[in-house]
Amino acid sequence: MSPSASTDLDALYQEIILDHYKNPLHKGLREPFEAEVHHVNPTCGDEVTLRVHLADEDGVLTVADVSYDSVGCSISQASASVMADLIIGKPVEEAMAIHESFLTLMQGKGTVEPDEDVLEDGIAFAGVAKFPARVKCALLSWMAWKDATATSMEESK
Amino acid sequence: MSRELTGVLPELEVIRKDFPILSRTVSGGHPLVYLDSANTSQKPQVVIDTMVDHLERHNANVARAMHQLGAEASEAFEDARDKVAAFIKAPSRDEVVFTKNATEALNLVANTFAWAEGELSIGAGDEVLITEMEHHSNIVPWQLLTQRKGATLRWFGLTDDGRLDLSNIDELINERTKVVSLTWVSNMLGTINPVAEIARRAHEVGAIVVVDASQAAPQLPVDVVASGADLLAFTGHKVVGPTGIGVLWGRKSLLDQLPPFHGGGEMIETVTMERSTYAKAPHRFEAGTPPIVEAVGLGAAVDYLTHIGLENIHLHEQAITGYALEGLATIPGLTVLGPLDATQRGGAISFEIDGVHPHDIAQVLDARGVAVRAGHHCAKPAHARFGVQSSTRMSSYLYTTPAEIDALVEGLEYTRSYFKLD
Repeated sequence: MSPSASTDLDALYQEIILDHYKNPLHKGLREPFEAEVHHVNPTCGDEVTLRVHLADEDGVLTVADVSYDSVGCSISQASASVMADLIIGKPVEEAMAIHESFLTLMQGKGTVEPDEDVLEDGIAFAGVAKFPARVKCALLSWMAWKDATATSMEESK
Repeated sequence: MSRELTGVLPELEVIRKDFPILSRTVSGGHPLVYLDSANTSQKPQVVIDTMVDHLERHNANVARAMHQLGAEASEAFEDARDKVAAFIKAPSRDEVVFTKNATEALNLVANTFAWAEGELSIGAGDEVLITEMEHHSNIVPWQLLTQRKGATLRWFGLTDDGRLDLSNIDELINERTKVVSLTWVSNMLGTINPVAEIARRAHEVGAIVVVDASQAAPQLPVDVVASGADLLAFTGHKVVGPTGIGVLWGRKSLLDQLPPFHGGGEMIETVTMERSTYAKAPHRFEAGTPPIVEAVGLGAAVDYLTHIGLENIHLHEQAITGYALEGLATIPGLTVLGPLDATQRGGAISFEIDGVHPHDIAQVLDARGVAVRAGHHCAKPAHARFGVQSSTRMSSYLYTTPAEIDALVEGLEYTRSYFKLD
């Protein structure tokens, strides 16, 4: 294989991604939850059902749990795992900022330098941004989380 | 290693030189191994040149312009209709309607049925029969029709080996059946369906038979009358022609019975402010400026295929498909969805590999220059039937070599090692 193609491939399939794919964290639907959403990627058929539980912790609205059930490729599955692990326990406001940071990274066509302090294992997805067809895979569960969280906040008003 | 295969086109290397794109490299220097021809086929130089020549020398609108270029353009466009009619052995050139693609052709049929009056009208109590292996373009238009008209949509199920389950055909085809619409060759399973036999049964109860020949026209000799179809659709870009042009063939008497589809220029006899009268087929269904250069390109494309011979192309596809099935069988954990006998199927093979998602397979193959399709191939119900969300599909064509199949098989071995499945 030529160096550039194999380098790009290795950049896409980071060890962290393959690890999360084989051993996903926080997977499985759990109670309690305020909102459940179902998102699909119509082009490839990847699906995620995702629940969000928000709770007031010392006066701060916090992501108490994110649980999900999903089918799809390594990128979409690993992304759900990384996201759940990153966001559970974070204040909603901070979680939204992490979401924004991940979105910027994914939409940056490979030009955005990821911030490891914010994204932790999420920086492994930097290589995905160079593969336009796979960006939607990486974003599937993140978009589902944002949707579910917005619904949860509506519910709690 | 590839060996001499019986049935492979003898002038394969010459044929490959007709397709300029096949000589390019991709993914950082890999020779292109294009195994996505069921998605769209590549184009020979003669199609490209014919279209360029038309645009450079003969461009004008058709059937309207009273000048030399208009006459030349009209002649080229109508010549293409003659070529397509010959390609599918249509009894009359007037039975060949140019559409945008097969999807539009099928929607034309389903919509005009929705508007039809008299014996063609469809309503409550009537049934439309399709199959579980259809492309979405031969499912959704019929769902829309039956929902709008209060009719019932029914379908043939599939056997475990990917064939139509005909065990309940006597019940499914009955006096309420108004339309039977089915694919000739499955784009996902590769299955070749017994279209003529089903058509015979459908005609016994007076049903209209619609055949989606999108995957058949590229690789089987098509004789529309022998097929048993009343209406038959295919698309240009899968028969080495350009995108933007499709074909609906219909029995003349049936086409003349169907109401118009799009209203506009060129589909009328006369127009007053109150009402219009309509042209006969094919022009009745060709409102507006048609895809002219695309039709001209399609004419060159079907001439090219005819020159090589559809029988020869079919044998080539069978040889390559058989060789691919043998190669795929050597990959641990690989399951082919569809019939395993190459003589009973077309040149699209969908498969799964335990432990690797189709998207990831396609990505690793792409990095080695091997182009396949991953996903549901617009056949979600067929995937659901086999309990899978998506699959990887390789599809060959007249320019595919045994060595390219070797590259696929090696790529799949590499994919398994890349994802540490051994």
